[in-house]
Amino acid sequence: MKKDIFQISPGFEDIMPAEYRDLIDNGPFEKNVGVSDLGSFKELLEEHPLCAGCGLALSLRLILASLPNPEDTIIVGSTGCSALAFPQVALHNIHSLFGNQNAVASGLKRALTLRFPDKVKDVVVIAGDGATADIGLDMVLQSWFRQENITTIMLDNEAYANTGGQESGMSPMGTVLNMAPKGKKFPKVSVPELARESGCAYVATVTPAQPKKLGKAVVRGILAARELGPSYIQVFAPCPTNYKFKPNETISKIKLREKEGTYETKEYITAEAQELFARLEEGKK
Amino acid sequence: MMIQQQVVDAEYMLLQAEREKTFITGSEAVAEAVKRANVDMAVAYPITPQSESMHLIGELYAKGYLKDYYRGENEFAVMASIHGASLGGGRVFTATSGPGTLRAMEMFPVWAGSRQPIVCAFMCRGVSLPPSIQPENIEMSMLLDTGMLMFHAETAQDFFDMILKAYVIAEQPEVHLPVGVFADGFLVTHTRDQVKLPPENLKLPAYDPGCAPVPVFDMETPPMRITRDPLLNKSNFISYAANASWHQEILAAADRARKHIDRYLGGLLEVVNPNAKIFIVASGTAVSQSREALRHLEKEGIEAGLIKIKSIRPFPESELVKATANADLIVVPEFNAGGWLAREIKAVLDHNSRVVSGPRVFGGMTLPPELIAKEIKQRLYGGVNHVE
Repeated sequence: MKKDIFQISPGFEDIMPAEYRDLIDNGPFEKNVGVSDLGSFKELLEEHPLCAGCGLALSLRLILASLPNPEDTIIVGSTGCSALAFPQVALHNIHSLFGNQNAVASGLKRALTLRFPDKVKDVVVIAGDGATADIGLDMVLQSWFRQENITTIMLDNEAYANTGGQESGMSPMGTVLNMAPKGKKFPKVSVPELARESGCAYVATVTPAQPKKLGKAVVRGILAARELGPSYIQVFAPCPTNYKFKPNETISKIKLREKEGTYETKEYITAEAQELFARLEEGKK
Repeated sequence: MMIQQQVVDAEYMLLQAEREKTFITGSEAVAEAVKRANVDMAVAYPITPQSESMHLIGELYAKGYLKDYYRGENEFAVMASIHGASLGGGRVFTATSGPGTLRAMEMFPVWAGSRQPIVCAFMCRGVSLPPSIQPENIEMSMLLDTGMLMFHAETAQDFFDMILKAYVIAEQPEVHLPVGVFADGFLVTHTRDQVKLPPENLKLPAYDPGCAPVPVFDMETPPMRITRDPLLNKSNFISYAANASWHQEILAAADRARKHIDRYLGGLLEVVNPNAKIFIVASGTAVSQSREALRHLEKEGIEAGLIKIKSIRPFPESELVKATANADLIVVPEFNAGGWLAREIKAVLDHNSRVVSGPRVFGGMTLPPELIAKEIKQRLYGGVNHVE
């Protein structure tokens, strides 16, 4: 992206909304900022209509702040709570249908590679657990089998939250939710293991309780997708509304689950990715 | 390495270039059109049931006529990938048919709603109602209100011309809608026919996404916040009005395609023997069978005319009213059980008791010209005396 494409035309500065002017003057473009710099730059997410204490909203802010190349990043979303926030995101983002996000991203990434052969265009899928592990799982896996150069990020709130709290494949076993009136009968789908076995170069499970770790995983996932092949990041984003806890308990719920061992944070890194990160992260120092 | 072809403008390619006679299948005609269309990318799926056209396009990719090509995982995913590639500013192509069309169904209105000039060929085959892989075009009736433009080819020549011309019509900034080009499977795709082709070293100019009425998703095109979700997410009057006006604009864009269809396809319909009082109105291969039926009728001293409908969407309402103004009898033979073309025609014409919905064949049955002629004779002379 050339920065002048979103510059305000001379003479119109005073009629543009304050938040847009702020984005031009203090946005993250071409600045190399990350989660540690939050508060010092204008974020890409301008307000949002999600619930108080929403783990997904917090995770989305952290993900957007971590993008290594926001000026050339295109996001593909899907139906769900996050789709309510994406209209407020100052990046080109696509919401096509429920579940087709990885197929859309495959076509998009290839077309952008054809049109901009000398430029890096990062295509990042950000979708919920229903979109990723249930309705769109075949297209998620197939994009990994095909070794598409895209990053897939799951915002895992362990339910279909936008439609009133139905069971998803990512809900923990035994949880009583709509459509699971007697409790879920099977365990959380092991998408990270599926990702590893399906050819992802880099896989991580992270939580917004550890923002720096989350930020590092997002950067690594995008770098791996650029250079090597698909990558997958699963972000635990608990839902106070449907899991019925107080909005200020989101982080403590995450910490509790980690302590219980029912939500593990981990990384799988292929040898090639290890080498790539060593080279790039060393180069940075 | 990309193959070297000379870029020529659409007028020259479509209307002026010298053409050479070939004897090829309908599937080969599809590939010949894609070869000259400067397509960036195609995505294929093997069994829908389909035809060999997408293999042939794979060969074009291997030879360097396309920049990217792959086999997708199912038709819904293929249509989604094509959608993504088009959102990224590429010129794209794919093909499907019958059950594959239905599998992909959710994507077609999204193409139109996103104002994408995607061209997709449909080699119409039966759907599982009950299971059939034979030629039948019932799937067309299911696509009538998806917002796509729909052209129906009679022959392999039509199929070639309509696909190549579809890109030029679809990409007009005032149109910018997807085009489905339909042919009756087997009858057109698997048989050889004479097809006149412009030279293969010519191609259309590249697609320019800068001419699109909606911004391409590449982070190079302002504005940065673009999404269709405000049309969907907010429960208030302004959202409903925005959604409704966007929807109306898609219908209006299809209307604006009419003059381009007139220019490049030579009209939305064609009339044979315009002064007749009896007309057969048909689309696709039913037109060829109707041409034969006219000969049968002529031998028996019955004068009849033929109206070939080339554009199903937009539908040639005023042209059809005009062409049938003096008709007493209008017979509509079709390759499907539903009789969708007859319904479309009845909805447009005054005194629609003139319209006979049939004969119709399906499930793999053929449509003999005698059957069409008999339908007319029965209406003229009464059924009992004219059962042959």
